Amino acid sequence: MITEPFAIGNSWIHRIDPRLKISFATLYSFLIALSDRFPTLITGLVISIGLVAIARLNIRQVSKRLIVVSGFLLLLWVVMPLTYEGPAMYRLGPLTLTRPGITLSAQMTLKSISILLIFMALVATMTFATLGYALDRLHVSGKLVHLFLLTYRYIFVIEKEYRRLLRAARMRSFHPGTNLHSYKTYAYIIGMLFVRASARARRVHQAMICRGFKGRFYCLQEFKSAGCDLFFLILMTLISMGLIYLQWIY
Amino acid sequence: MDILKKKQPIIELKGISYAYPGGRQVLDNLDFTLSRKDRIGLVAPNGSGKTTLFYVIMGLLKPSSGSIKIFGKPVFKEKDFRDVRRRIGLLFQDADDQLFSPTVLEDVAFGPLNLGKSTREAVEISRKTLAFLGMSEFEDRITFKLSGGEKRMISLATVLAMAPEVLLLDEPTTGLDNATRKILVNVLKSLDMSLILISHSADFLAGATDTICSMENGRILTDEQVHFHYHYHAHTRGTIPHKHKEPK
Repeated sequence: MITEPFAIGNSWIHRIDPRLKISFATLYSFLIALSDRFPTLITGLVISIGLVAIARLNIRQVSKRLIVVSGFLLLLWVVMPLTYEGPAMYRLGPLTLTRPGITLSAQMTLKSISILLIFMALVATMTFATLGYALDRLHVSGKLVHLFLLTYRYIFVIEKEYRRLLRAARMRSFHPGTNLHSYKTYAYIIGMLFVRASARARRVHQAMICRGFKGRFYCLQEFKSAGCDLFFLILMTLISMGLIYLQWIY
Repeated sequence: MDILKKKQPIIELKGISYAYPGGRQVLDNLDFTLSRKDRIGLVAPNGSGKTTLFYVIMGLLKPSSGSIKIFGKPVFKEKDFRDVRRRIGLLFQDADDQLFSPTVLEDVAFGPLNLGKSTREAVEISRKTLAFLGMSEFEDRITFKLSGGEKRMISLATVLAMAPEVLLLDEPTTGLDNATRKILVNVLKSLDMSLILISHSADFLAGATDTICSMENGRILTDEQVHFHYHYHAHTRGTIPHKHKEPK
């Protein structure tokens, strides 16, 4: 299930125009991803943590999401220092930890955590529907926006169908195990899920045609600029300029 | 003025045949006419082609033969059906197929917006429609989190918001409890429009329609051939049930 634990809140970050938040989160991610100096990356991390704090997100939910990415980072820390070519920094018996390997791992860790946090603070603080419409207003391809909104609408329906199929199998004493019968049953269930999803897609399309669909979604939500938007815009411009200065000019 | 008093045919189907690819003949040389103010109930076994008939009327399926005239005009091509879909509303069997927008208000406004209404007009129409169905407080709800009965009522709102002249309802009562069913019957009774209603529930059809038809072998059997009747009688033996004999 998709939950939106950060979407509801009353910090001023929640009230900012979604288009501004998406634009800045994107720009910021590029800046961070392209930086390689540690002062820039550490400043970025501090800014990200600051925005998460201002958005008053639930710490437990935030850490839960960070744990997911930390598994991947851990793997990086195990592999990179040992395999990357370069001068040795430490020797642990037969193993050599290289300096560029460690530097790269540290950079990647800082970058991914900063970007993840900024998306939690700025993009996850709106509902999926708002995100879809904001992307539409930002002139992102209509097809992508439709795909996004319809996925969000129907993923629950498909999940329900999956559970129903699984329940039906269990009702007839199906116990998954490591055998061909289990694999086959799962293959059938997943196959059936695809068949049903495509049949549903056809029916949904027919229902849309019946209501005069001509290939375009109209959005009811109007985005208004508020006082805090201007403040946010100024703050974001300063942050971006600061990061650029630290990375390329300083 | 005689012409106005005479029944105006809205939907005229002549010699319609349809077979699913690789399947059997679902509609076979079917003739059917729906006139203004007609309220027809369609009761027939599963798989007898009721839903297919609706899809043919809406132009979602193309019949292999036969002619369709709607509002006095013959319709063939996809373009002809655009106008048909504006004036005929189809309520789908599964409400999850019909509700695809994130929130209720957006879904109800989808039709009016497609008809070229401005955002403000569309919102106004949607609010009015929801109020008419007594669903005003659902405006901001997320569509997939609604209950089965609520989904059905909102689906009806999405169709009514387009101000159709004819309603096609495909088993609107399946999965509804008695209370919601009653609300639905009352809403349908209060609507002053022609409609075709598919249902397996004879009681529901008796409440909402004037004529009941059946389908057999891909054709429609009209009133003369099928006859349902309702009668009142006392159960003289109290709560002890009794059986009505099957007709021969």
